[in-house]
Amino acid sequence: MSHDHIVSPKLYLGVLAILLVGTALTVAAARVDLGGLNIVVAMSIAVVKASFVVLYFMHLKYSHRLNWVFGAAAMLWLALLIGLTSTDVIARLTE
Amino acid sequence: MSDQATTLAPQFEGLAQQKESAIFGMWVFLVTEVMFFGGMFAGYTAYRYRFHEAFTAGSDHLNLLLGGVNTAVLILSSFTMAMAVHSAQLNRRRALIVFLVLTMLLGSTFLGIKAVEYSHKFHEHLLPGPAFQFEGADPQHAQLFFSFYFAMTGFHALHMVIGVALLAIMTWFAWRGRFSAEYYNPIEVSGLYWHFVDIVWIFLFPLLYLVGHHG
Amino acid sequence: MNAARPAANQMPKVHYLNVDYGIRSWLFTIDHKRIALLYLGSITLFFVLGGLFATAIRLELLTPAGDLFESETYNKMFTMHGVVMIFFFLIPSIPATLGNFLVPMMIGARDLAFPRINLLSWYIYTLGGLFTLFAILSGGVDTGWTFYTPYSSTYSNTNVMATAVGVFILGFSSILTGFNFIITIHKMRAPGLTWFRLPLFIWAHYATSVIMILGTPVVAIAIALVGLERLFHIGIFNPALGGDPVLFQHLFWFYSHPAVYIMILPSMGVISEIVCCFSRKKIFGYSFVAFSSIAIALLGFLVWGHHMFVSSQSMYAGMVFSILSFLVAIPSAVKVFNWTATMYKGSVMYNAPMLYAMGFIGLFTMGGLTGLFLSTLATDVHLHDTYFVVAHFHYIMVGGALMGYLGGIHFWWPKISGRLYPEAWARFSALIIFVGFNLTFFPQFILGYLGMPRRYHAYPPEFQVLNVMSTAGASILAVGYAIPLIYLFWSLRYGPAAGPNPWQAKGLEWQTSSPPPTHNFPETPVVTEEAYEYYPGAEAERV
Repeated sequence: MSHDHIVSPKLYLGVLAILLVGTALTVAAARVDLGGLNIVVAMSIAVVKASFVVLYFMHLKYSHRLNWVFGAAAMLWLALLIGLTSTDVIARLTE
Repeated sequence: MSDQATTLAPQFEGLAQQKESAIFGMWVFLVTEVMFFGGMFAGYTAYRYRFHEAFTAGSDHLNLLLGGVNTAVLILSSFTMAMAVHSAQLNRRRALIVFLVLTMLLGSTFLGIKAVEYSHKFHEHLLPGPAFQFEGADPQHAQLFFSFYFAMTGFHALHMVIGVALLAIMTWFAWRGRFSAEYYNPIEVSGLYWHFVDIVWIFLFPLLYLVGHHG
Repeated sequence: MNAARPAANQMPKVHYLNVDYGIRSWLFTIDHKRIALLYLGSITLFFVLGGLFATAIRLELLTPAGDLFESETYNKMFTMHGVVMIFFFLIPSIPATLGNFLVPMMIGARDLAFPRINLLSWYIYTLGGLFTLFAILSGGVDTGWTFYTPYSSTYSNTNVMATAVGVFILGFSSILTGFNFIITIHKMRAPGLTWFRLPLFIWAHYATSVIMILGTPVVAIAIALVGLERLFHIGIFNPALGGDPVLFQHLFWFYSHPAVYIMILPSMGVISEIVCCFSRKKIFGYSFVAFSSIAIALLGFLVWGHHMFVSSQSMYAGMVFSILSFLVAIPSAVKVFNWTATMYKGSVMYNAPMLYAMGFIGLFTMGGLTGLFLSTLATDVHLHDTYFVVAHFHYIMVGGALMGYLGGIHFWWPKISGRLYPEAWARFSALIIFVGFNLTFFPQFILGYLGMPRRYHAYPPEFQVLNVMSTAGASILAVGYAIPLIYLFWSLRYGPAAGPNPWQAKGLEWQTSSPPPTHNFPETPVVTEEAYEYYPGAEAERV
């Protein structure tokens, strides 16, 4: 099936480069004081890096759609867990 | 040929079903791993938002250079792991073994650096518990930061150790000629696990090491 | 010779039970059916253990004074009753026994996707059980099964660590079972078996498995963090050290609420199978029942805060959780309606499985309705931590899940053992269980409404009559549970051979011999008909 698609090493090297550049960017961005935006920038870059790993290194781009669905479900549930839990804890601690 | 007979497990109808099941199986397992780490991310998010100064102060005590190097090491190891799978797909046994060994070496390097970092923390009295000492405005919540630091990186390191052990087994099997272009499921599945552990670190690094460091 | 299709009412010569003998053939089996029986043995043992703790509780509560046990000891009794019953009985019960046995058979497969992982899950279960047994035998735990912090993480002097390790390990058993089911159901269905031809038992187990993989890891990390707190004296959940105890509750209930759906959904799957067979009718509204299982699994993750209305959770969060809790009752109600509609104008036969199913429908409905009082913010303030809550969840878990489990054991007993159980005794004990159950738990609704708190062993004298009724009911219930244990064992030797399909039921599992051969089907079946193609008016003859 589609997961027997063989990705070229050049593509892997490209992803590697992107990941390393992304890391450097993250560190550089942290040195600038953007206030509340710092965490947004850092997490956005992390999400982009993770996406490259998932899509290319983990072959999700070439994989059965079922794997996508479960991967997406994990992200959704993670968001639910972090979102609902931390908002309540924050609301309670900020009294 | 005998390949099919030896590599097809009896509950499956064919190699394709077996392969799809193995890969899907690993993705389902990774869902559980996401939720496992997620609990710690939830707690960390709440506390960091509320005690930002203490968390910044705590984070400033982490070694950014070592953390950054470790990030690069892990990313590189993901590359070598992907190349290992690639080699298996093309039936290149020697390349497969080389890349597996490289991945393990990089993973062990990560763990070694981590051990160095942990020992530094121990000597600086930053290990949470009765011996914790922090010269800063809010030692109580700084200790909270370090509790999460050790819990999160600790569980991550545990997963790395398991990963390295897994790859050692894979290397052994590869050496024994277990894999071919038709059957390399365990390699691919190990790869998925390894990449996941890398992804967790991709998030841990900025979250833990880059709270402050402004200017 | 065709070993899978013998003459009716004869045991096949070779089947999964006699194909190999000796303890090694059981401990190292990868046959899902044998693993199911390994689980059956283990969970029955834990059920008895949990029952012993329940006995201790009910004996203490016969009198208003706390005179049988010290307070700390009583705390251990209800804690261990909860831990054992929830984690070591209810959570694995149907999935690990009936699910393991039937999921491959119902979809026409030879085994689950990962048979060795299946065996591993039983070993992990056993390991977790041993840790917990050790905790119990070396002094017990007194934190309540809910392990609330900072008592569990800092102040309790009992065996929290050992219990926490036991439960943590057990979680992996649950995860591996769910994981196996998901892969199997997605990838190994027989040709022609589309999703909407699947038995509703499969839909129920699929939904259950989704909950297992999404929720269990979160309670695992919650317990792990409590363990770290105890070990290193850190304060993640301890306000004295800067932490938040309610954070633990969030992480704990994020799993533990969906966990109750892990406990009830498989039972609901069993009821669907039984109701159709013994009404000789196809299920009313198949897709509604199928989707309701998925809806329960998903919505079940959005309501955990209703356990924390009075834990100083924010009011706003409380309102959101309250509304969502009302919402999650709807798919359950859909099922109850559809089962009832299935029975309507069906040819109903009152065999023991059907008695259990009917008991389930009534008692689950009562339990579910009383949940609405608890999800209403204002009334929950009055009812929280009273016996009303205890009665509510026992109606669902015992009146519901456990009755479904017993109904399923009886329904598939001929398939599992190749023998028929004695029907008269089975009906008798079903009735005893029903009477004993109601006598035990209905008074508890009243006690809770009147204000008797849970987890207390001393109470005002005016509550004694109701407590005595409850204990009397419990003793009847115990008799009711003991009788099947006896006759099911008896039937293994003396029960008449069942033949492949004594109930004339629909479903692939009934197309092969009883007991089945190791690989279930001589050839992979091809499915051409919809689920539950029963015909009204066709009488099932018990031959």
